[in-house]
Amino acid sequence: MNRIDQLFQQKKERVLSIYFTAGFPKLEDTLPIMEAIEAAGADIIEIGIPYSDPIADGPTIQDSNMIALENGMSLKVLFEQLKEMRKTVSIPVVFMGYLNPIIQYGMENFCAKCKEVGVDGLILPDLPMQQFLDEFKGLFDKYELRNTFLISPQTSEKRIREIDQHSNGFIYMVSSHSITGAKTGISDEQVTYFERVAAMDLKNPRLIGFGISDAESFSKVSQYSNGAIIGSSFIKKIKDSKNLKEDIKTYIQEVIR
Amino acid sequence: MIRVDEKGFYGKFGGAYIPEMLHPNIEELRENYESIVATEEFQKEFKLLLKDYVGRPTPLYFATRLSEKFGAKIYLKREDLCHTGAHKINNTIGQIILAKKLGKKRIIAETGAGQHGVATATVCALMGMDCTIYMGSIDIQRQRPNVERMRILGAKVVPATSGSQTLKDATNEAMRQWINNPVDTHYIIGSVVGPHPYPEMVARFQSVISEEMKWQLLEKEGNENPDIVVACVGGGSNAAGAFYHYYNVPQVRLVAVEAAGLGISSGKSAATTVLGTSGILHGSKTLLMQTADGQVIEPHSISAGLDYPGIGPVHAHLFDIGRAEFVAVEDEDAMNAGIALSRTEGIIPAIETAHALHALSMIEFKKDDVIVINLSGRGDKDLDTYIKWGGY
Ligand SMILES: Cc1ncc(COP(=O)(O)O)c(C=O)c1O
Repeated sequence: MNRIDQLFQQKKERVLSIYFTAGFPKLEDTLPIMEAIEAAGADIIEIGIPYSDPIADGPTIQDSNMIALENGMSLKVLFEQLKEMRKTVSIPVVFMGYLNPIIQYGMENFCAKCKEVGVDGLILPDLPMQQFLDEFKGLFDKYELRNTFLISPQTSEKRIREIDQHSNGFIYMVSSHSITGAKTGISDEQVTYFERVAAMDLKNPRLIGFGISDAESFSKVSQYSNGAIIGSSFIKKIKDSKNLKEDIKTYIQEVIR
Repeated sequence: MIRVDEKGFYGKFGGAYIPEMLHPNIEELRENYESIVATEEFQKEFKLLLKDYVGRPTPLYFATRLSEKFGAKIYLKREDLCHTGAHKINNTIGQIILAKKLGKKRIIAETGAGQHGVATATVCALMGMDCTIYMGSIDIQRQRPNVERMRILGAKVVPATSGSQTLKDATNEAMRQWINNPVDTHYIIGSVVGPHPYPEMVARFQSVISEEMKWQLLEKEGNENPDIVVACVGGGSNAAGAFYHYYNVPQVRLVAVEAAGLGISSGKSAATTVLGTSGILHGSKTLLMQTADGQVIEPHSISAGLDYPGIGPVHAHLFDIGRAEFVAVEDEDAMNAGIALSRTEGIIPAIETAHALHALSMIEFKKDDVIVINLSGRGDKDLDTYIKWGGY
């Protein structure tokens, strides 16, 4: 059974997904960071595939992308690093990446490799739903990859229903009108949006991301969803870390305490 | 037939590869722009402003001395005489009227050379709209006069400090800011790039260029079709405008001129059709300069307006099916062509435009061929670059 499906069968509340950029801060940090995230008690690992032009990301993730690329990260290197990840990592692993590097690698190659190393799902923010259905759905299914779409406060109810129908794994709720890392604190307006979507009784679990940064925001958004995704705030924590393992443990345990 | 299809593709290129956060904005545009643009009210306002404010029609000038020099009948389509000094304002007039009709309160835009930024700041002043322009920090340095023009016009100029700090990064930043302000803000893209419906919408607003060329040529030559149309391509809006009504007239040769920078194989170039491969940039599938891993390569051109790693999807299609000829002109040749036009015709062209002029030395034509060069802009903004270049 797909690890994402399994997770959400067992755990419906306070699911924590941690995003980091592959090859950051150092090229060889990818696997050790994943192991540390699992050891610290998070539920999902979201690996960012670095890209030169990440248009949905704020300065923190832009920087981590640039540094990872300068370090020499690429899909080829990444798959090599992840070759044996399933020996030490057992929680679900999801890739988040922009379409262009994946298309250059070849979508079928990419999906096949994902399955081979044990990746469970994909979040491709600039892959529109229609293009997914027309071109790629067959491949995702063939290689048993769960596909996560984003929704935002602007997404209409009709579209949310369509997205729910064509997603599996989970739905990624962008917390506000924003790129990653932009805001802190959860406003009443956001709560209204979270409640509106929660009341829709969707078939997929929902994780809320963008602007979630600590125990308080994690607990708050978890009241209206199955959990949350933390990215920029985690990247900031590991950027200058002298002891990744310890710092990751302290950070994650503080968030889920 | 060169036409955009229902999904926003020109052949293999185009589409709308955008994050879901922008989906409502793009849908709103896609669903409304054709019907709004088709109304008599819109057309009336658009045409009146083009005439009385922009100064259209722009002259189609028979360049006597240039014609003698090259041995052909060379016409210059004088977009440099548009208000603000380039073709860019044709598009911003169209989009600002549209934005108003969509009830938007704020405008954002990217700019490279600053021409589109100035044209956007101008129409925002005209309509009393709040205006923020994103511009690469390198471009802010090399196009100083345009930065100050935008500020005088009341726009806020925000430096894009990521990546190559040029047009590509200014576009990224504008898209991010649109994600952050999706409800009250319209993004005026400055070329035939971006997600559908932008490329076709911008091309339509610019198509006034070839619409005028047709009747002007009929008047002057007794034939609305020239033999050759030449235009430079950054994203490709002036070229799309100059080609538009000739796309489906096969006997008219279309020549698109890209920037070769320091040379095709120098690693410092912006010649997308030579060096590029198919990929996704700024929301559309097109040809772009990228590494084998799909990372976008930082381009180089002496002209900020051509310093872009991609081209609009319609141009990728024209290239793909062989409908247009593409040539690439190096910095040095462009500068010399700019100075030469100044001396032969008394017109100092924008450095972008100077690339198109040098194409005359690269393409083949017959003695009596009627050639129209789209003189996309004037050189005022480039005086610093001309001065540093010297050689005059
Ligand atoms: C005078 C002039 N010509 C050409 C261009 C290139 O843009 P496009 O290819 O969209 O016409 C610019 C861009 O700033 C410009 O200012």
